Amino acid sequence: MTTLEQTERLLETTSPATPPDTDGTGTALNTTNPADTTRFIDRKGVKPAVGFLVPVVLLVAWWVVAAAEVFTAVQLPPPVAVFEAAVGLIQRGDLWSHIGISVQRVLLGFGIGAVLGMIFGAILGLSRWADALLTPLLGALRAVPSLAWVPLLILWMQIGEDSKVTLIAIGAFFPVFTTLYAGLQHVDPHLVEAGRAFGYKGFRLFKTVQLPAVVPSIFSGLRLALAQAWLFLVAAELIASSMGLGFLLTDSQNNGRTDRLILAIILLAVLGKITDTLLGLAEKRAIARWT
Amino acid sequence: MTHANTSAVVCRNVGRAFGTNGTSRQILTNIDLEIAAGEIISIIGASGSGKSTLLRALGGLDVGFTGEVLIDGTAVAAYDPRCAIGFQEPRLLPWATVTDNVAIGLPEGTPKSTATARVAELLDLVGLAEAADHRPREISGGMAQRASLARAMARDPEILLLDEPFGALDALTRIKMQQLLLDVHAQTGTTTVMVTHDVDEALLLSDRIVLLDASPHTEGATIANIFTPPAPRPRASHDPALVVLREALLAGLGVEPLASSKG
Ligand SMILES: Nc1ncnc2c1ncn2[C@@H]1O[C@H](COP(=O)(O)OP(=O)(O)OP(=O)(O)O)[C@@H](O)[C@H]1O
Ligand SMILES: [Mg+2]
Repeated sequence: MTTLEQTERLLETTSPATPPDTDGTGTALNTTNPADTTRFIDRKGVKPAVGFLVPVVLLVAWWVVAAAEVFTAVQLPPPVAVFEAAVGLIQRGDLWSHIGISVQRVLLGFGIGAVLGMIFGAILGLSRWADALLTPLLGALRAVPSLAWVPLLILWMQIGEDSKVTLIAIGAFFPVFTTLYAGLQHVDPHLVEAGRAFGYKGFRLFKTVQLPAVVPSIFSGLRLALAQAWLFLVAAELIASSMGLGFLLTDSQNNGRTDRLILAIILLAVLGKITDTLLGLAEKRAIARWT
Repeated sequence: MTHANTSAVVCRNVGRAFGTNGTSRQILTNIDLEIAAGEIISIIGASGSGKSTLLRALGGLDVGFTGEVLIDGTAVAAYDPRCAIGFQEPRLLPWATVTDNVAIGLPEGTPKSTATARVAELLDLVGLAEAADHRPREISGGMAQRASLARAMARDPEILLLDEPFGALDALTRIKMQQLLLDVHAQTGTTTVMVTHDVDEALLLSDRIVLLDASPHTEGATIANIFTPPAPRPRASHDPALVVLREALLAGLGVEPLASSKG
């Protein structure tokens, strides 16, 4: 009983290994005293709204600083210029293709990396032989900085979609693999033993006991992987591409278009946040179901 | 070893030591026990004497023992499919409903319709029909223990191993569950080995009571005595023969006869 509770608590405290939520979609760590439910901050919709305060203040500050011409327009264009840059790109029909291709690359790479991470994490987490054989190698590969893969990938796959998606998949693979692998080591041995005592083994045992037990770990791994996927996307697109938000960054830098550069950064922030929020919602539901 | 003698379970010179790098502690030593098919055996002994350890050896949950454990003449296998165990802790899957937890105990390949009916029947027997769709965290400790009992019974095993199955139950539920165990046993005749702390429970339920205590000769616990309650079941706890046995049992557990008769 106590071990079970301990495990539950362990899972609960380790699962939201994600940045703190300001929008209230993820699992809130700062759980409040039930007696305080009438506090203003705990009312529905208040917390997400409050999360917009600081960005709005920053926007105003940016506008003021730009209007005061503290920096040159090349160093810091005013918000309006960034907005106009967006409109310009939309009119040329470029913005959607930049966004579209980047999102496509991230989702593909994330999906492939996450699936492989789960397969390897499960196999290495469950089989001692596979663990002994492969874990040292994967540990070493994990230590390779992302950019180090780029020349090799370009050499092997040319500057096409394959090399970029592969790089992103590499980035997404490791967080999923690592958290699942570690999660499986910490599944309550009492439950596993109970499963075995009732004749469960192999995949049936995995499906019934171990997999549900690591659902929280899988989701924290997925969220880390998604963040990593956006990171690797920019790495891939900065170096070799003719489209995408990373390309927009380098291209704008080369042409002195700071407005577009800032636009690209804002888009990356917004897209990253949206995808993370969606995954956070899925995580919340999964954790409610599986713990 | 001839097959199908009167013994369903045989322990021959069973011992168990636990230890890590060099330091080894003998827990069980020299356990010799023959359990006939259909018997109800209680194992009783002080906390830490090795009751759970013995039960785990019988069920093949622990195969690190020395000596022999035979079930119907063949050595016990790891997680022997002929046994079902109710653990000392309920060990329910926290994400699964009570129904699904009990269904874990069903033999593999039970057809769906049979499974549903059987689980519902068991939940009804242990008084959990109302809690069928609850999660373990939504039920009390005693309810969890009954779910664990139902899960073990769902297996319909040859040998039922129960580690303090009624320990967390209130007095009334305990009596009901003891009666349930006897009813089910009357129907199925399943060999049952049960660990208990409760002397009266042992006296009312079992055919024989095995007392574990420190071996006088070596380190570790062994069978200090085996008591056989005289009357057939159902028994009345005030039966004079039981009263005498109770005192002997309590003395064996190191309790003065003057103390409360509750174990
Ligand atoms: N896996 C293990 N590793 C090391 N020591 C163990 C292990 N399992 C049991 N022991 C030791 O064996 C002894 C007997 O344990 P066991 O759980 O069998 O006692 P018990 O009679 O069931 O006690 P209780 O009545 O408190 O349940 C204890 O001292 C315990 O520390
Ligand atoms: Mg015990």
